[in-house]
Amino acid sequence: MAEKYPFTIEQFYKFVSERKLMAAKCKKCGTMLLPPRPMCTKCFSSDLEWVELKNKGKLLTYTVIHVSSKQFESLIPYAVGIVKLGDGPKLPGMIQDVEPEKISVGMSLEVDFDTTIPSEWPTWPRYFFKPS
Amino acid sequence: MVGKRLATIVSAGLSKFGRREGLYGRELFAEAAKEAYERCPNLIPKKDIKALFVGHMGESYEHQGHTGPTLADWAGLLPVQATRIENACASSGVALRLGTSAVFSGMYDIVMVGGVEKMTHRTTSDVTEFLAMASDFPFEQWHGITFPGLYALMATAHMHRYGTTEEQMAMVAVKNHHNGALNPKAHMQKEVTLEKAMSSRVIAWPLKLYDCSLITDGASCLILTKPELAKKFTDTPVHIIGSGQASDAIGLYEREDITTLKAGKLAGQEAYNKAKVKPQDVNVAEVHDCFTIAEIIAYEDLGFCKPGKGGSLVEEGATKIGGKIPVNTSGGLKSKGHPVGATGVGQAYEIYLQLTGQAEKRQVEGAEIGLSHNVGGSGATATVHIYRRG
Repeated sequence: MAEKYPFTIEQFYKFVSERKLMAAKCKKCGTMLLPPRPMCTKCFSSDLEWVELKNKGKLLTYTVIHVSSKQFESLIPYAVGIVKLGDGPKLPGMIQDVEPEKISVGMSLEVDFDTTIPSEWPTWPRYFFKPS
Repeated sequence: MVGKRLATIVSAGLSKFGRREGLYGRELFAEAAKEAYERCPNLIPKKDIKALFVGHMGESYEHQGHTGPTLADWAGLLPVQATRIENACASSGVALRLGTSAVFSGMYDIVMVGGVEKMTHRTTSDVTEFLAMASDFPFEQWHGITFPGLYALMATAHMHRYGTTEEQMAMVAVKNHHNGALNPKAHMQKEVTLEKAMSSRVIAWPLKLYDCSLITDGASCLILTKPELAKKFTDTPVHIIGSGQASDAIGLYEREDITTLKAGKLAGQEAYNKAKVKPQDVNVAEVHDCFTIAEIIAYEDLGFCKPGKGGSLVEEGATKIGGKIPVNTSGGLKSKGHPVGATGVGQAYEIYLQLTGQAEKRQVEGAEIGLSHNVGGSGATATVHIYRRG
């Protein structure tokens, strides 16, 4: 059966608005595609499916941002990191609900969602990480 | 025996780097072009130069795109073909490679390559936003990850895996500021102490103000000819004998290992193979120190030391002028400044001075083989060039 959802970044964020973190998976070679892509960049197959990712992971690296673009100025200082979700792909995002001094490489984090949708493009909600 | 000559640098120009108030990017480019013409009196620019390849990263700074013909005009080169190249901070490194390819292929005998960026008239938050455009929008910028933030993510990972320290990163800044203080064209001609670098304000932890390169205005250019023609224009040619370029995922998070820039490594290998030289043959190098951690990673990716030993290499003083492999004698992006589109060719300009014995107080005695390494974004583009004194 053909997938009813396109393998696009727009669709990834539609899933985020439903509080789901989803990646595309190649049915032919098993490669996980995050960001999702319309074609597997390993084997070039377009026979893909959406799979839900684990909502827990480990922090691989992080930083605390003190100088940002205007859009994020009200949040500084804020922490961002790259998280490995279970045995699946890696995803960058903000780390919230924790003092920056208490963040460390290897710590366990879980995914949460801010489903507020901006009124102008890009009309994407956000996922973020917090200590589990 | 070193590799074949791909193209030859017969002249070079660099605008003063710095806060160039009241000047437009194209005017800075004219300043660089003028220097290159004055160094090369036998060249008749309008007649001899057949193409222009220029790096320019952002329309946003000056509200100006379509930079190729604009710069050709201000350099007095109309109506030659003029192409603007955008590969983020590697834009003019890529312009250099394309200009080299155009000459090596036989399509043109003489071309100009260069780059420009005018940045300092904008606020820091605007520049932060414009630079971030070189990173992934939907997953990095959208989640508040800035450009320094990306290199800070690499720094944290490098510190965690190899024990690299904030002090070692600060030593890169101290060294490059020392060199920049000897360079009359550098943006910040000022020595910095380790204490001052370490106590400067945090930009994206663990990176502090003195770990970051400067927001700078500037322009750069080179005149490249077929090797056989070089003697007509100069007694001190510099041959390009190696060139490499590679790409990686735009998202840092997609890469297998973020303690190295795979594209930088691959570009280096390609350039070394083409030039038939080894890392230990290089006498002087300009590497892409947009952040101090990037210089440490560059040492490792270019084979100046083993992976994880970059911090020790700077600590031992091996990369100072007078050391085993002097790196960023110009002051680097850190002190000379980083007008992003001008940087790649600006690095080649320093190597040109070094290999022709014109680097004055920063001269590396007897330098014969030089290397430049230019990175775009967080490493989705990298180019490496290797040069030999003619």
